[in-house]
Amino acid sequence: MTVAKEMRVVKDVTCPFCGVTCDDLEVHVEDGKIRDVKNACVLGKDTFLHHLEGLATPRIDGKPASIEACIEAAADILARAKYPLIYGLDSTELHAHRKAIELADLIGANIDHTSSVCHAPSLQAVQTVGIPSCTVGEVKNRADLVIFWGANPAEAHPRHATRYSVTVKGMFTPQGRKDRTVIHIDVRRTPTSRMADTFIQIKPHSDYEVFSTLTALVNGHDLDVSEVGGVPLQEWRDLVEVMKGAKFGILYWGMGLTMTRGKYLNVVALLRLCQELNRFTKFLGAPLRGHGNVVGMAQVLTWQTGFPFAVNMSRGYPRFNPGEFSVADLLGRGEVDAALIIAADAIGNFPAKAAQHLKSIPLIAVDPKESETTKVAQVVIPAAQAAVAAEGVAYRMDHIPLPLKKVVDSPYPSDREILDRIIARVLAKRPDDGAKRAAPLPRG
Amino acid sequence: MASAIRIKGGRVYDPLHGLNGVVKDLCVEDGKIVQECHGAAEVIDATNLVILPGGVDIHTHIASPAVNAARGLRPEDHRLLCCPRKPGLRSGVGFTVPSTFTTGYLYAQLGYTTVMEAATPPIGTRHTHEELNDIPMVDKGCYLLMGNNEFILQYLKSGDLEKIKRYVAWLLHSLKGFGLKLVNPGGVEQWKYGKDVEGLDEKVNHFDVTPRQILQALTWVNEELGLPHSIHIHANRLGVPGNYQVTLETMRALEGKRVHMAHVQFHSYGGEDYVSFTSKAKEMADYINGHPNVTVDVGQVVFGDATTITADGPWQYRLHKLTKNKWYNLDVEVETGSGIVPYTYREKNYVNALQWAIGLETFLLIKDPWRVFLSTDHPNGGPFLYYPWIIKLLMDAEFRSQMLKRVHKRVLSHTMLPHLSREYSLYEIAIITRAGPARALGLRNKGHLGPGADADIAIYVDAKDKEEMFERAAYVLKDGKIVVRDGEVVESCPGRTIFAEVPGDDDLLTELRDKFEKYYTVEIGNFPIPLEDLPFHQAVPTGRPV
Repeated sequence: MTVAKEMRVVKDVTCPFCGVTCDDLEVHVEDGKIRDVKNACVLGKDTFLHHLEGLATPRIDGKPASIEACIEAAADILARAKYPLIYGLDSTELHAHRKAIELADLIGANIDHTSSVCHAPSLQAVQTVGIPSCTVGEVKNRADLVIFWGANPAEAHPRHATRYSVTVKGMFTPQGRKDRTVIHIDVRRTPTSRMADTFIQIKPHSDYEVFSTLTALVNGHDLDVSEVGGVPLQEWRDLVEVMKGAKFGILYWGMGLTMTRGKYLNVVALLRLCQELNRFTKFLGAPLRGHGNVVGMAQVLTWQTGFPFAVNMSRGYPRFNPGEFSVADLLGRGEVDAALIIAADAIGNFPAKAAQHLKSIPLIAVDPKESETTKVAQVVIPAAQAAVAAEGVAYRMDHIPLPLKKVVDSPYPSDREILDRIIARVLAKRPDDGAKRAAPLPRG
Repeated sequence: MASAIRIKGGRVYDPLHGLNGVVKDLCVEDGKIVQECHGAAEVIDATNLVILPGGVDIHTHIASPAVNAARGLRPEDHRLLCCPRKPGLRSGVGFTVPSTFTTGYLYAQLGYTTVMEAATPPIGTRHTHEELNDIPMVDKGCYLLMGNNEFILQYLKSGDLEKIKRYVAWLLHSLKGFGLKLVNPGGVEQWKYGKDVEGLDEKVNHFDVTPRQILQALTWVNEELGLPHSIHIHANRLGVPGNYQVTLETMRALEGKRVHMAHVQFHSYGGEDYVSFTSKAKEMADYINGHPNVTVDVGQVVFGDATTITADGPWQYRLHKLTKNKWYNLDVEVETGSGIVPYTYREKNYVNALQWAIGLETFLLIKDPWRVFLSTDHPNGGPFLYYPWIIKLLMDAEFRSQMLKRVHKRVLSHTMLPHLSREYSLYEIAIITRAGPARALGLRNKGHLGPGADADIAIYVDAKDKEEMFERAAYVLKDGKIVVRDGEVVESCPGRTIFAEVPGDDDLLTELRDKFEKYYTVEIGNFPIPLEDLPFHQAVPTGRPV
């Protein structure tokens, strides 16, 4: 007897891979397995098609264990820890973020996420001077000048150009690419240079200097030098005229600014330039963000604690201090005594010293797949992958939230459920911590 | 049964039922106020205490993409107020832009039980609801920003009012919005190319429509849909000297229609610049007194730190140029803009001090307390934490004149304040903070203490110093449960999200799908917010104008 195959197509699926957060994917499912993905870029396709490869298994100290036992072991570690760390959270969704922060609040943990090692300096720059920005649809509908600086969206955010910024046609950009001037500024040529009308190659570590120069030129000052950042001053003068002459300009930046010398000061200089340009025309800026839903984690952390990353709860209320409570610094100084790494591979990506400390303390890894972190973790809890096997919400790089669908089933619980169960077990180990009961009132 | 409570011997202020300090027992059962408790009930001895309905804030900014951006922008602000975690409660921070849980606790401590987020862009409303879900203690809702929506402008250009009505209904239905909000109608669209509008009859770029047309069309839609709340308007030219004329013109353009003018203080300015800056509160109050179709909230300024957050992008840029303070701007595709600038109101600054005086003049000159409501346009005029201070200013003329002596000297000759001896009574305070806003919102179960009302009750220790009195409620009951005692939150409750029950209109989908494809960057299928995303909710019926 043959059993009819279950075939279905799920439409309007949101891709969790990068901050472009395309929500137009079509996923073809056959017998509970993903067979094909339409509309996605190669990165997104991979995420869905290979979601069953390299799955993690539940284990404690390397030995197979039930999910329940793993949760109990995790709760034991966290309830005992004096200065724990919760980290990761980029490849998951809003409700898991909520629960992770609740857990951090409960146990007085440090909580940080992947922003800390990518666009945190952008967040700090915004805290310093603000930012004139817009959602990507504004770029689609209006931008006639698009500048990519220290970024390579052609490879890191493949559909950004076609959906939002370069070739797309919008309300006041009916001819798409023809209506836009595209400029790429970076220390080396990349595939993004090929999308641009103009590529300007600057010397490494000269970004701050170049932004300051441009701001001076915008404000009507001239400089007594022949070149800045390895580029003739006249080219910068010309660029300023292009910027001022645009009807709607946008400057997108990447980690080429945030993770090189100057860090957040580079972005401060960039944002000041964008702000100054508004005296002449509409000019905005935005970071090209997002591995996964890292923007979403910053959102939820901000509304629950007031701060976007590097939050410490050890005094019972949220404190924020990058450098003190940011993950690489905490680990580099060997301060934390237990860690829960969820929906990110810390050990695979961190500096050796930080990774070394993680290996030396009780470590819990919650992840759909095996990683460098799960390999050494004392407790491994496999999770249903958000956006593939668990629903939720993810944020696009411009802070627009989009629903994530559960496309297929997973034998494992979602991140949200795992965290919820850990919280329940931690609470059970601290019986004094239930909701405080009001004294009974007299009856009458 | 266990959920019954009898509140004994308190002085009850319930303006909807004309109760002005009457000593009376109140009975609560199953979250509602009832005529009489059946069987045993817990007792709150309220002898010598003052009982009011739970507070209702008709205009505040506590949850939205822009509010969260403001939190992220201002770590320096959060250090002013740290709220440690307690068993069953969550930690957080204040001050002008508190984190979500803290927002709920702080409102509850003041005796507020219903608050309305005054501006959410449709595409960001999923975010707004998720934030509201994390604001405990209070019932809440949000107004959808409509005044610069490009689809509406397109329909308006082609004169298709019926289509606007259907589209607005679709938005409200899909996004679980409570009301319609216009912010600087037409001006924010202009801002998308760096401009603004000067007056009601200026054409909006590319769309060939005027602010007047937008105002009239959406007010018509609001009434056609029979929404519980009137249209909620942030008029053009906020904060700009001489703007009172455009405010008056806006009200005249909508004569005879239900209309709520938001934070009128910011729209009651005379003069040509900030040097010749004057108060036009009298002119505004005269108009409002003669036109019972208008309600207002004041947007009172309080001295100290504020965070200005508004969809009015061009105004925020102006404020940035004026102050050199940090400036956040987020233009939102198809729908609106938004901006944030931190600001400090200073007693010794003439403009700030006069703004403060204009707010108080507005309160004191509008005769009918049912049509003027307490707000600071939190956190634009200052944080809601200062409501008790404002109540003291309204109830205590002596305190007012002391304050007047402290502020910038030039104000004295530019305000009527010294000649306004009116003092609000407790009864009137109960109107401007409870009964009035509840009525304007069309929330029949809020703002009063009659049988059938939600048992949202605030009980205070009467004190001569009204600031002290209203700062910490002795008890707050939310849905009949004691959640605050002696000014401290003792139990968390989630609160409900309130939205207008507008029937869906799927016939419009084909057309909208095409428009989404062309101008948005999200699939229309991912736009609506399912009811399951609001775990605690309550639909308010429409179609029966109150």
